[in-house]
Amino acid sequence: MATGFNQSAIDSSTIAIGTGDAIGEINKYDFRTDSPAVFKARRGIDADIVSQISEMKREPAWMRDFRLKSLEIFNSKPMPHWGGDIAVDFQDIFYYLKPAEQQGKTWEEVPDAIKKTFDRLGIPEAERKFLSGVKAQFESEVVYGSLQEDLSKQGVIFTDTDTAVREHPDLLREYFGRIIPPTDNKFAALNSAVWSGGSFIYVPKGVKIEFPLQAYFRINAESMGQFERTLIIVDEGAQVHYVEGCTAPMYSTESLHSAVVEIVVKKHGRCRYTTIQNWANNIYNLVTKRAMAYEGAMMEWIDGNLGSHLTMKYPAVYMMEPGARGEILSIAFASAGQHQDAGAKLVHAAPNTSGRIVSKSISKNGGRASYRGLVRVEPGARKSRSSVVCDALILDDKSRSDTYPYIEIEEQDVSIGHEASVSKIGEEQLFYLTSRGLSEAEASTMIVGGFIEPLVKELPMEYAVEMNRLIELQMEGSVG
Amino acid sequence: MTTQPQEKLVISGLHAAVEGQEILKGVDLEIGRGEIHALMGPNGSGKSTLGYCIMGHPSYEVTAGSIELVEADGTRHDLLAMEPDQRARAGVFLAFQRPMSIPGVRLADFLRHAVTNVRNPDRKEGQELMPMRDFRSELKAKMADLSIDTEFARRYVNDGFSGGEMKRAEILQLAMLRPKFAILDETDSGLDADAVRLASQSIARIGGAEMGILIITHHEQLLEHNIPLRTHVMLGGRIVESGGPELAAELHKRGYERIRAAYPEAAAAEQSMQDALGNETAQPVTA
Ligand SMILES: Nc1ncnc2c1ncn2[C@@H]1O[C@H](COP(=O)(O)OP(=O)(O)OP(=O)(O)O)[C@@H](O)[C@H]1O
Ligand SMILES: [Mg+2]
Repeated sequence: MATGFNQSAIDSSTIAIGTGDAIGEINKYDFRTDSPAVFKARRGIDADIVSQISEMKREPAWMRDFRLKSLEIFNSKPMPHWGGDIAVDFQDIFYYLKPAEQQGKTWEEVPDAIKKTFDRLGIPEAERKFLSGVKAQFESEVVYGSLQEDLSKQGVIFTDTDTAVREHPDLLREYFGRIIPPTDNKFAALNSAVWSGGSFIYVPKGVKIEFPLQAYFRINAESMGQFERTLIIVDEGAQVHYVEGCTAPMYSTESLHSAVVEIVVKKHGRCRYTTIQNWANNIYNLVTKRAMAYEGAMMEWIDGNLGSHLTMKYPAVYMMEPGARGEILSIAFASAGQHQDAGAKLVHAAPNTSGRIVSKSISKNGGRASYRGLVRVEPGARKSRSSVVCDALILDDKSRSDTYPYIEIEEQDVSIGHEASVSKIGEEQLFYLTSRGLSEAEASTMIVGGFIEPLVKELPMEYAVEMNRLIELQMEGSVG
Repeated sequence: MTTQPQEKLVISGLHAAVEGQEILKGVDLEIGRGEIHALMGPNGSGKSTLGYCIMGHPSYEVTAGSIELVEADGTRHDLLAMEPDQRARAGVFLAFQRPMSIPGVRLADFLRHAVTNVRNPDRKEGQELMPMRDFRSELKAKMADLSIDTEFARRYVNDGFSGGEMKRAEILQLAMLRPKFAILDETDSGLDADAVRLASQSIARIGGAEMGILIITHHEQLLEHNIPLRTHVMLGGRIVESGGPELAAELHKRGYERIRAAYPEAAAAEQSMQDALGNETAQPVTA
């Protein structure tokens, strides 16, 4: 049962990466808005650049030292043996980019160029309608943020992580780099050295935020890596839903995105973290996400991955105390030239903890979708329960899907279930729909939409709409 | 029944095979708009196959013959050259003997696409759908007519539907799509006695004087309010006999013994088909 599957293996992954050939598909969200970037660090990474980033941000010494130590770890960790397929030249990347625009306080103050970008993504209306707190990262730094007054009155902190380093150092320091230490994996080390932006959220004891907090960001400078760093602390009995979404424009050179998201959910707290990402086809999206859930706490990851050249992402929940629950729902859509290596990780570290993983993947047009997941039950985690369901839908013969489920159980009295299915779009289903007047493309899109519906219906309304729109775009022209 | 020239669905000399095995062996049938025809015949005789061929199921290969829509002025449209969705847009509808379930797809969403396309045959993908409000109110009215709970519209297409619910959902789609020609393949099976009566009335109302309907059935009740102009009997992949309503009554009462005796060649075809398929008695296909 137990394989040699350790923590860093799941987080940075041990995989053979499908290189795929031509990245020919035009991404419908492929547009760019000119936004002057005043500061451009030179390409490459060394102690000098790292210190410079820290200095630019006027960081305290401890953060600079943390970055420099992380850089050493990054350098000391060998490129994983599968690294040949991660065709990223670390010395050919900009690690920090500061937008000319400064952080805006109200929507009116947000520069027009940036508004236009949001317009094209159809975001502002949604924001105005649904959101009270908005964080948007634009070229590595938050340029727009508004936080509803009563939230701050309740003591909620919702800011970018850079600001948090300055304004909430004690709170931040207690957890920063503790849930995902730089030693965890090479990409976590890289992020720790050069991170910029990301969100910092603190929800005080007993405060329940009823509406989702959202962040929208995108990469918009050629060859620029994005290394945002998010930390969410949900105090006892508190509740938050955070939504992160991204649509990226496409460039011809390789581009690296490597985020770290750390979450702590204390006793009886609840946290849901929703991601919809649609990366340009040349992007490497190598992300480490982990949450620690304490007594009776609930952590949910909802993770939608579209686009990118390669995505490796395995959101994790460590259930640290009795009664903790972890749930991970993931959707991956892999098209031509794309490999989605997505999955989940549940660690039962205490008795009576329960977890659930639901993974749905779709591959078409030569795309490859892999599910890679780990369920681990530590000794003593009696009466733990976990279930894993992964369903793959393959739309044509060129495409591929694999499942790598790992289970490590070091306790007797547990219940762990695993189900997997692979299916093709059924001819009979297609015929039924087309016989009622739907074109074959509409019918396939509808069947795919139905396949992921159980997860999409968990999304906030406007994200569900966006997700369906993205699927439609991905499906266009897929049936000949 | 009108004697004026009218639009017709014309099937002639139709041969069709599935997996290389010939099932239909020369079917001729003409249905005018406003006419009701009944199609009966023992299990495995090829009735559903005929329906699939008319609608364009990809597994059924038409090897000879034609299926055409002939307008009142004589203009002919070759259905066999059309994809299933084009046939639907041309006004043809098949109520499935065993409707497919499509998990995750809401009946209302699916039906809104279908209705939009069928009513605007030239609509391209991505073009606007029928306005939600209009669609909803029409759907609601039709569901009320058929005593279907409106909650149904939100359920996933045929997913977890009971046998009877599926058939009612098929009739609902018929009502919404208002085709020129409808093939109802055992739409009565799975319905309870009251539901069959209701279905019979509903179909009569939906069909009116405008729709040509082919009712495939093993029973008589569905015909109560839909008196067939002709009743046809299929045996061994051929229509061997056609008659008035009394024929349906006779078959229902006495079975197919007389037919098999009267058409030994078709009966032999039936037998050899079943042997070829390795069936002891022909089984309903699981599509
Ligand atoms: N997809 C298929 N694959 C294999 N055999 C098939 C297929 N479809 C039909 N057949 C065979 O063709 C013959 C006719 O089937 P069909 O479904 O048309 O019969 P039917 O008259 O509708 O019967 P019933 O009254 O039981 O519905 C049967 O012997 C059946 O097994
Ligand atoms: Mg049949």
